[in-house]
Amino acid sequence: MESKRYKWTRRAIGIVSLLLVAATVIFGLWITPPDVVQGQLVRLIYVHPPVAWVAYLAYGITSIASTLYLWKRTRNMKWDLLAASSAEVGVIFTALTLVTGSIWGRPAWGVWWTWDARLTTTALLFVLYLGYLALRRVPATSHQRAVRSAIAGLIAFVDVPIVHQSVVWWRTLHQGATVLNPSLSPKIHGEMAMTLLLGFISFTFVYAWMLMHRYQIAGFEQKILDIELDQILEERLHEPGMESMQVELSPDVEQIDRHSKV
Amino acid sequence: MWRDALLMAGKDLRIEFRSKVTLNQILPFAFVTLIVFAFALDTSPGTLQKVAPGLFWLAVLFSSIFSVDRAVAIETNDNAGDGLAVYGVDSGGIFLGKVTSVFVQLFLLEAVLLVGVVILYGPAIDGWPLVLLSAFFATVGISAAGVMYSQLASGSRAKQTLLPLLLIPVTSPVLLAATKSWQDAFSSTASLGDPWLRLLIVFSVVYLALGAVFYGSILEA
Repeated sequence: MESKRYKWTRRAIGIVSLLLVAATVIFGLWITPPDVVQGQLVRLIYVHPPVAWVAYLAYGITSIASTLYLWKRTRNMKWDLLAASSAEVGVIFTALTLVTGSIWGRPAWGVWWTWDARLTTTALLFVLYLGYLALRRVPATSHQRAVRSAIAGLIAFVDVPIVHQSVVWWRTLHQGATVLNPSLSPKIHGEMAMTLLLGFISFTFVYAWMLMHRYQIAGFEQKILDIELDQILEERLHEPGMESMQVELSPDVEQIDRHSKV
Repeated sequence: MWRDALLMAGKDLRIEFRSKVTLNQILPFAFVTLIVFAFALDTSPGTLQKVAPGLFWLAVLFSSIFSVDRAVAIETNDNAGDGLAVYGVDSGGIFLGKVTSVFVQLFLLEAVLLVGVVILYGPAIDGWPLVLLSAFFATVGISAAGVMYSQLASGSRAKQTLLPLLLIPVTSPVLLAATKSWQDAFSSTASLGDPWLRLLIVFSVVYLALGAVFYGSILEA
């Protein structure tokens, strides 16, 4: 399963992400100045938006991979495994988004949680993809699971524009977008902007690294399933009295085998 | 497709008419939730009047889980769905038929439940057109998303726990929008240009389209 190139790319991305995260920590905690209004609290901005961005990126990848699986011309079990791996990493990052947001909200707004549009919808997004992962655990053939979860993944993604729309409608406490605001004039400058950008890049690398690991594990899991299936069939075929069935059964065995190949 | 949809809807409604599950089990369940909501909150009329739309839609949403579960179970039990596939019934037709049948059942349930809300919580309703239109589109949205998710989760032994986990987050915009538009309708601010009504229309159209496109793939898999 694991080619040498994959292994080295993964390691290289791992090392780069480690260095980038270290740089973000140094810049975020020591080099950048405290904010005029928010003081030291502003330092969470180098973590919170990048983490949220990665969550969205992960769900975007899940949707693309799901579409590629559903489209018959590009159908391949790899897309299903990629979609699942990305969704799992996405759920972790959504949880981190909620946690870091909460940590920021307590001193800034005085509460751990507030029923603001973006918070609420992020929480819903979290549950939505937890549902997606739960659906994946339902026993089924590989193809069945892949189709069902691909559709569920796409439906969940439809929720994202509704999330955005709801923000525009019942925007309450959450501050507006800092960089991508309607007038496209960033409200953040100099070192702080650079550190924020660094945060975005480093967390994207962390995501890529985690995704590659998870994808590989998913491949191994699939392989174990195939091996177990082969073993069971093998044992069955060698049970006393089954010799005569071997010729008849073999096309089926081949079919099942082909069906579950990664 | 439309003919198949009508046939499916007719068949499902006939089954419901004879088995009376919605009438005997789901409707009483919805009523019980209305009563226990009053226990959980405050029985003073002011509070209940204020939260009446939200509680109503929450009761509908919970009840819908049973309805959509049943709509799909009719086909998965005894592999009746395989029979439909053999007959060559259009999958889009199956979907639309199931949605129609669930819609009719839920809409009737809502009508009875609304009487219950008016009697128990005592809200004053002003904008009837908005109430009816929001209820119509909210129910279409819940039915469409519900039938699709119920089919996705079918065949799983953990379906009873999986379906609410999948369905409630997805239909939460409907809960929110229907509640908000009813709040508008219950106060004097009712107008048919209500943005929440528009959200309900968008939601129901999107989920009907998604279902018509994907339902076949879910059935085949």
